[in-house]
Order: sequence, then C-alpha cells, then structure tokens
Amino acid sequence: MNKITKPGSISRRRLLTTVSAGAALTVSPFRINLLQAQEATIKIGFPVPLTGPYGTEAQDQVRAGQLAIAQFNDAGGLGGRKAELVVRDDKLNPGEAATRTLELVEKEKVNFVVGSLSAAVQLAINNVTKERGIIFNSISQSDAINEAADFSKFTFHEALNPHLTSGAVGRYAFSKFGKKVAFLTADYAYGHEMVRGFLDVGKAFNIENLGDIRHPLGTSDFSTLLPRIQALKPDILCISNFGRDQQIVLKQATDFGVKKTTQIIAPLLSHASRVAAGPQAFEGVIGGCSFYWGIEDKFASTKAFNDAFRKMYDGKLPTDYGALGYGGVRTVLTAVKNAGSVDTDKVIAAMEALKYDFYKGPQYYRKCDHQSVQSVLVIRSKSKDMKNESDVFDVINTDEPNEANLRTCAELGHKS
Amino acid sequence: MAGLSLDLIALQLFAGLALGAIYVLFAIGLSLIFGMLTVVNFAHGAFYMVGAYVGVYILMLGGDFWICLIAVPLLVGLFGVAVERVLIRPLYGRGIDYPLLLTFGLSYVMVEFVRIAFGKTGFPFDTPEILQGAVNIGVGYFPLYRLFVIGATATVLLALWLFLEKTSFGLIIRAGARDPQIVRVLGVDVARVWLIVFGIGTAIAGFAGLLAAPLQGVIPEMGGTILAEAFVVTVVGGMGSIGGAVLAGLLVGVVVSMTSLFAPEMAKVSIFALMAVVLIIRPQGFFGRAGLMS
Repeated sequence: MNKITKPGSISRRRLLTTVSAGAALTVSPFRINLLQAQEATIKIGFPVPLTGPYGTEAQDQVRAGQLAIAQFNDAGGLGGRKAELVVRDDKLNPGEAATRTLELVEKEKVNFVVGSLSAAVQLAINNVTKERGIIFNSISQSDAINEAADFSKFTFHEALNPHLTSGAVGRYAFSKFGKKVAFLTADYAYGHEMVRGFLDVGKAFNIENLGDIRHPLGTSDFSTLLPRIQALKPDILCISNFGRDQQIVLKQATDFGVKKTTQIIAPLLSHASRVAAGPQAFEGVIGGCSFYWGIEDKFASTKAFNDAFRKMYDGKLPTDYGALGYGGVRTVLTAVKNAGSVDTDKVIAAMEALKYDFYKGPQYYRKCDHQSVQSVLVIRSKSKDMKNESDVFDVINTDEPNEANLRTCAELGHKS
Repeated sequence: MAGLSLDLIALQLFAGLALGAIYVLFAIGLSLIFGMLTVVNFAHGAFYMVGAYVGVYILMLGGDFWICLIAVPLLVGLFGVAVERVLIRPLYGRGIDYPLLLTFGLSYVMVEFVRIAFGKTGFPFDTPEILQGAVNIGVGYFPLYRLFVIGATATVLLALWLFLEKTSFGLIIRAGARDPQIVRVLGVDVARVWLIVFGIGTAIAGFAGLLAAPLQGVIPEMGGTILAEAFVVTVVGGMGSIGGAVLAGLLVGVVVSMTSLFAPEMAKVSIFALMAVVLIIRPQGFFGRAGLMS
C-alpha cells in the first residue's frame, strides 16, 4: 500500500527536480525572459522639454535617467523585473505636459513619473499625477510644489527649490559685493520665486532693491533692457532666468559692459548653458547649482556617478540637471527595491525612509513636504585654466544640507 | 523706478533704432522675395539659421569672421538658388499658397537636418575680437558690435538700392515684378531673373543669421522667433515694399525699446499690438500695394 502523502506536500524526488531546475534557471539567461513574461516591466514616465529653450538641459536629464535605469537593470532589477524610461517631450508647455502625462498614465500605464524642467510645468504634471495617485518625483526647481496647496503624498521633489538656492547665493553675494541690487527676471513662476527668495535673505543684509525688470520667457534680445539697468548703477545685478534666456542675456550683458561695474549673480548657473554659450559670456558670473562633477574629490558617490556616466557616454561628464535626472530615477527605483514592490503606498513609505548618497553627498526627503534636503553649491564661471571642456566652474562655497535653510513645514501650510 | 533721465531716454531711443536696424536686416530678404516674386517665403528663418551654421562651420575649418561675411551670403545664396530652381519654380502661376506651404515644410526639413548634422545643443559664437566691448556714444555706452551691425545693414540696403534702381538688371527685375507677361514678350528670360532674386533674398537671410550669431549664439531653432518678427515688419511696412520694411523695422525697434523702458513685460506683445493698430488703420501697410495678395 502506498504511503499517504499529506495534501500540498511533495515527494523527495519532485522537490529535488524542482530545486535543480530552479538552480539552473538562476544561472541561465532564460531566467530573465521567463520572469519578464510573468511580470511587466517597471515603467517610469519621463516628461521633459526636449525642444525649446531648455532643450540642452533636458537632453542631459534623459541621458542620466537612462544611466540610473541601466544600473538598476544590471543589478538584476526587482527580482528580475526590469525598468524602462518612457520619455516624452513636454515642449516646456504646461498644457502639453499635462496631456503627455495623462497619456503616460493611461496609455503607457507607467508606474511612476519622474521629470519636468520648469517651475510651472511641474505643477501641471503634479496635478495629473496626484489626481491619479501616481508618485511624481520632480527634478526641477519650484517653491510652490512644497506648499500644502500643491503638495500631495504622491509628490516628491528631488531638485533644489528657489528658496534654498537663492538663499545660498544671496548669503554669499550680499556679504561680499555690495548692497545695491537690481533684478532682471524671467516673468514666470521660477523667476518670481527666485526674486522672493533673494529679497527674503536680503533683509538680513539690508540690501537696497533698485528695481525688478521682468522679461518674457524666450526673449532673444535684451538690448532695450540693459541701458535701463545700467542707469540704476547697481553693485549686484541678479538675473533670474534659465536655459537659452540665460545664455543670451549673459552674452549681451557682457557686450554692454555691465560686468565692468557690476557683479552679475544668477540663482542657478546651468552647466549645459555655460557650455553652449562659451566662456566669454559667463565669465565671472556667480550662481548656485545642485551638482557639479568637480566635487568628485569630496564624495565617493560623485566619483562613482561620474565614472559610470563617462563609461556610458564616451567620456562625457554629467551636468547639474543630468545629475537630477539620475537622482530622481534612482531614488524611486531604490525605494522600489527596498519596498520589494511597485505598490504606490509601499514605495512612498520606502522613499520617506531613504537616507541616500547617490551622487552629491548625503540627502533625504523631509517628511512634511517630501523636499530633498541637500547641499547647495555656490559656483563661479571660469574662463581661464580650464583642464577639459567640462571644467567650467569653480566651487567657491557649499551650503551643507540643513532643514533650517528651507521654509518650515508650518510656513508651507502643512499640519504637524 | 527712479533714475529716468533725459540721457537714458536718448540712449533708449538709440537702442530702439539699433534693434530696429536688426529687424530691418531680418525682414529685408523676406520683403524682397515677396515684392518681386509674390512668394511668401516661410523658410526665411531657416535660411537665416543656415547662415549662422555655415558661419560656425567656416570658423571650425579655421576661417575667421571676415571670411564668413563674404562666404556665408554666397553659400546660402547658392543654396537658395538651388531651392528656387528645384522646388519653387514648378509652383509659379499656381496661386500664392503653393510656395507658402512648400517653404513652410522646407523650413522643418532644414531645421531637422541641422539638428541631425550639428546636434540639438547649439554652438557658442564669440564676438570678433576687434568688435568687442562698448563705446561711448555721447549719452551712454553701447556695444561696438551692434554699431557694426547697423553699418552692415545700411551697406546691404545701399547695395540693394543701387542694384535695383541704378542697374539695367535692376530695371528688368522691377519690370518683371510689375508685369512678367510683357517682360517675357520683350524677350527677357524671366525665370532667370526670379532665380537671381530668390538667391539674393536668401543670401541676405543667411547674412542676417551670421550677424545675429554673436548677439545670441547659434541653435537650430533660432530662425523661429525672427520669422515672426520679420513678418510683422514686412506686413507693417507693406508686403513687398523695401522702403516700407526699413521704416517699419525702425518703428518696431523704437516701440519695443520704449515699451521696455516703462513696461518691460509688455515688450514682446507691443510688436503685435503695433501690427494690429497699423492693419486696422491701413490694411495694406505703410507702402504696400493694395490687392497684391489677391
């Protein structure tokens, strides 16, 4: 008579075959395909302004985002489940971005959204993702995205915000170059938020605000604005714009001889813009940034990121906005791994628990607004002694990561 | 804001005229081609962009800015001639919308081609060394290079005027613009005349792109904004009138400049507000011939 086996238990022979087949699978290349067939790819939607005045920066965001994906996949993904970046051009237009994001969510069925390169556009993306209950990690600057009105538990902000950036640059510049400050500002959320930040930090230094001249986004000629600014005779001219606007205004301000009498500062100096505009235009301009490859002597994580980027892109070095693309994608994927799932709530909890150092030293997401607490670099543009084509800035000061430099949770309207 | 002095207003006025000269340069090729050929060249901005890229390429090969000043209009003009011969010519006599649509599509092809060949990032373009810096013009400092651009624009206009008004070939061009039928009956090869006019128009567009490069750098999309501005200048001046384009260009520059002084955020809109006002009062523009578009 046969021995009665308990239901659910398996014979010794069966067990052995299963285990050996499993062992064979773990070392065989078929494993990936098998598992992929079982579970879908982890899709990260990536809306960025590939065309338009911020195109240069956006292309770098994509490159570095792809690197984070490649590293995740090479390390085996989520138990074999691979990730994929689904890139869309938002054309720097909030309406276009909302449509593309909706399409990413509805049609592409993305699990997460990372991206944007505009204070205004990211709010449009955030509106869609928070309504659909999808995690969005924004990689461009905005103050509003931290505030209770726009924030949701699905919203994360890997980039710096204007308050943090202008604070770091303002504290440095206002203590060194004088008190009479004029502003030239791109007339949209990013510019307005930056000026508000500079005026905030300026109170401690008793700066005199000579006036704020606003220009439309996408201006190609500043020759009618510069004489007006020069007539104000400022010690410091604070130019809050970005991308091609920044390239053109710095070039034309140099031509008008503004730099002879005035220190030009910018809340953000973009690496890609500096390369596109050349050393002459940016010479001596001081600004902030979230990342510069040159800090690789200081942080092992920066060195590792730079080396991986160089390897993937023929020796090219990553830029500031590229690094944000990398950080934004890598934090989400790390949280997925830590959570062991793509379930939204589990990933949110894992992101909130992250203490990470992926490319620029230690960072973490503040609990109340999911703002990444991180360092701000103050940099000056070089025009001499450049060792290679990416050797464009000197880091002249570093604001270490400190929640005290952010607006408090109460100020932002979050209930404690 | 404080500090509104007479000197500043004078400097602002000058800055407006200088900007106007740049607008004139942008618009003149467009106006010439429309006035003589009745072709609305939507690829004008693309030819302008190609001019800047040809300049970048010549500099890469080791040439300097002065070589570019000669070579760029020649090469872009030749390219324009080829475009006219192969693409535009078959469309003559078919109504104004045919070449309009063709050049519109062509502009996309040209921009995309440049993106593929030279990348999307763009190139820096330094102001030539001896034209760097600002000089005192009595009421304040003004960049030397912008004064050079004004001079270059005046030279182009003068040469164009002499060519059209004082040479026998210019006479044929003007006659051809007025009545191609009669000119053809008189035994003139009108097709050749149009070929040359299109070449000159595109050469000026390329030249303008080269001169704009040190002002704003070089990217594939640089022709987009100026196309809109060039159309405003052409429409306000009267479609096809070169004198009108000059007057309108300077006026647009001054309007932008004065708006910048008092309400800078309105500067971009002021261009189109001006156009709207002019079109309401004088639908054909300053010196336009009524019914040219019909």
